[in-house]
Amino acid sequence: MTLAEILVGLFPDGHDVAVADGLILGTGRRAGGKPVHVLGLAEGTPLGIEGALTLAGRVLAIARSGDGAPILMPVDSSSQRMSRRDELLGLNEYLAHLAKALMLAEAEGHRTLGLLYGRSAAGAFIATALATGHLVALPGAHPEVMDLPSMARVTKLSLDVLTEKARATAVFAPGLDNLVQTGAIHETWDPRRSLAEQLEACLAAPQASGDCRDRLGWERGGRTRAAAIAERVAARVADHA
Amino acid sequence: MNPAFETEALSWYEGSARQRVAALVDPGSFHEVVGPEERATSPHLALFDLPEQFDDGMIVGSATLDGAEVLVAAQEGRFMGGAVGEVHGAKLVGLLRAAKALRRDVLILFDTGGVRLQEANAGETAIAEIMRALIEARGSGSRVVGLVGGRSGCYGGGGLIAGCCSALIVTEQGRISVTGPEVIETNRGVEEFDSRDRALVWRTMGGKHRYLLGGADAFVDDGPGAFRAAVQAILAKPERLDLATLDAEQARLERRLVRFGTASDAVAVWSILGVKDAPGVPGLSTQAFHAIATCRESADDAR
Repeated sequence: MTLAEILVGLFPDGHDVAVADGLILGTGRRAGGKPVHVLGLAEGTPLGIEGALTLAGRVLAIARSGDGAPILMPVDSSSQRMSRRDELLGLNEYLAHLAKALMLAEAEGHRTLGLLYGRSAAGAFIATALATGHLVALPGAHPEVMDLPSMARVTKLSLDVLTEKARATAVFAPGLDNLVQTGAIHETWDPRRSLAEQLEACLAAPQASGDCRDRLGWERGGRTRAAAIAERVAARVADHA
Repeated sequence: MNPAFETEALSWYEGSARQRVAALVDPGSFHEVVGPEERATSPHLALFDLPEQFDDGMIVGSATLDGAEVLVAAQEGRFMGGAVGEVHGAKLVGLLRAAKALRRDVLILFDTGGVRLQEANAGETAIAEIMRALIEARGSGSRVVGLVGGRSGCYGGGGLIAGCCSALIVTEQGRISVTGPEVIETNRGVEEFDSRDRALVWRTMGGKHRYLLGGADAFVDDGPGAFRAAVQAILAKPERLDLATLDAEQARLERRLVRFGTASDAVAVWSILGVKDAPGVPGLSTQAFHAIATCRESADDAR
């Protein structure tokens, strides 16, 4: 689905969302007229220092407004922008700032909902979609940490061998199903059903208490150890306190 | 019989994660949880015929520092470059969740190349969980302090976690960055970044530059005593993470773009800051560096 189709599907009553320089900014109208703030990344754009700062500034303005309206973050990006200048100026701080802004807005009462509808990778994925309170994907989305050919270079394994191994486990190869199995993506929407209804169902559901991604990874079999290890560490530290 | 291990003489850069923890906190106070005896190894490395380590390269537990109760996590850069896999990441998630519940301060001794590619999806998800747990711990009043001076630096997702900390302490060798030099060179060419130019790497991502830019809050010598003193100074201040903090960070990062956005190199950034002999900065001793660093950008109450 294109972003335009998605936005029409989400907001049949209208929206003023626009894309400029790969950044999505605007507002959508829910049935009944209540607003949803929309901001994100489009057109496979890499996320650099300027983009991260613009998005974070918008998130903070929303948090300051106190309107309590949900924030929807559609994402079709590349990875973080890979350049000497971005690193020179501290890209890690800009990306972390955006993630912190999203989490703080959530703590201030704004539901944050990621919507992965295209590609996303590495640091851009972490600072946007993975920093929302609830992440949904549309079929056809393609999240990845690193593409298989690059991974083949780093791991010094042939592409054939990696492709073969990818069939045995969800844990390293790119793709939507694999990240659903690790629990990173909470749910996948059905594009044949009304997106507006699926959005309303999401917003009507009670907000999960705490981060449930490790438990989802265990239930789905893509990350069988994480939840138990985290629980054991927390319990042992508390026992010794 | 082994000669006594002189903890104060430890080089942070050369040391192991266990040596760093032992040398940093009050002697004998570190209590490790889910340690190597529990064999919490990565379930994924065997698929790649790679050796496992019984602690998966992450050491977590509690200790006292100058008598104060703290939680400590240390990455072992000698194992898989300190890379974050499922178990490695989950141990830090658990520690940060405990910090939130106990309102305990946390020290993270970074030494990582980022996500472990052999378990990339689990590692990437773990980074996201760590960031959320870290922010929630800060939200409940815990200070989370990052210490960066290890051989593998603090790269990839490690750089994003560092950016979420209350404060960061770096050494000259401590590098903080998202994309590493080799990855930039592979993707964009040697003209964009020559990863074999070590001087370029240090001045673009190294501790001195990060401290001058406000990307780190303390710059220290390569030893446990210097790190300990810096941690104590940071823990003397209260934690604060609210809208005002992030508004201040927004202003700080906007100001950085305005001031240095057209600088082509770190030396140009340092000149704009007002350092008189900017090209001489990499050669300065810690003391001499602190003397010229008074013109630095700070991130006080803006991180």
